[in-house]
Amino acid sequence: MAVVAEAQFHVLAVDDSLMDRKLIERLLKTSSFQVTAVDSGSRALEVLGLSEGLTSSSAVSPAHNEIEVNLVITDYCMPGMTGYDLLKKIKGSSSLKDIPVVIMSSENVPSRINRCLEGGAEEFFLKPVQLSDMKRLRPHILKGKSKEQQPQEEETSSTSISSNKRKAMDEELSPERRRLKLSNYSLI
Amino acid sequence: MSLMALRERLNVLVNSMFLEGLLDQQFRQLQMLQDASSPGFVAEVITLFCEDSERMLTELTKLLDQAVVDYQKVDAYVHQLKGSSSSVGAQNVKLACIQFKQFCEENNKEGCLSALNMVKHQYYSLRSKFDTMLQLEQRIQAYDSEQQN
Repeated sequence: MAVVAEAQFHVLAVDDSLMDRKLIERLLKTSSFQVTAVDSGSRALEVLGLSEGLTSSSAVSPAHNEIEVNLVITDYCMPGMTGYDLLKKIKGSSSLKDIPVVIMSSENVPSRINRCLEGGAEEFFLKPVQLSDMKRLRPHILKGKSKEQQPQEEETSSTSISSNKRKAMDEELSPERRRLKLSNYSLI
Repeated sequence: MSLMALRERLNVLVNSMFLEGLLDQQFRQLQMLQDASSPGFVAEVITLFCEDSERMLTELTKLLDQAVVDYQKVDAYVHQLKGSSSSVGAQNVKLACIQFKQFCEENNKEGCLSALNMVKHQYYSLRSKFDTMLQLEQRIQAYDSEQQN
């Protein structure tokens, strides 16, 4: 059996449900990701090195207790800081904004999905998350990494977001279709 | 009982649970995620589900026992329960929760009480089969490790 040497990417999973944390952890590990699972948005920010009291504009070199995170996957419905709040905090931080964020939710609410996509989420997974969904994470990580080296293309992003928005409205999510397909690939 | 007989019994049990609608495809996903590196994964998830569910059923009973029902809190717990049952593949429990949510949205106390009873009924039916499943799993695991020694 050929073993392909792939970079081990580190995913930060955020969910207030212990059961769902176990599940997402297993899904990620089975898909060869390194995982850190936390139970809240505030814990997630700590791991990312962005504590509530600090301003994101302070130029800090990575703190000694900060780990490199390649992607954040978070539940939407959480007490205190929702997944959307966490998304906004990440995207509003100069040091963290390029980290791709994926949102998970048990509810299929188009306005919620749109809000998250417009807020900068790469993708929205409907729960229960499947093993096949994990395959969709790596492209976002790789794209995020190349973004770090290139200047931001603001106009292209907003075009692709509005086309994704149109897609979300048009698509009738039948029980079989459990995920939104986004063609962010036009950005590359 | 031989290892083969134990495995057979477990398969028959799990298959019957699928046929009766107690479990759905999500449970198959969980089974797929269990492997040599995490042999106790399914058992762990089932145990967490049961602990979570029983805690929530207790809270829901208390909330619906009040003269004035706080439907927001009820809805929050039903939402959580619906989420966990969906994650573990507990189909009948999940469907009962969906019904429950409906009554909750209507602030219908009678409806909520009957829905809670239905959720409990479905949950406890599932729970007793999960117990048998876990016992069989344990005996199979014990056999496997015995064989290796």
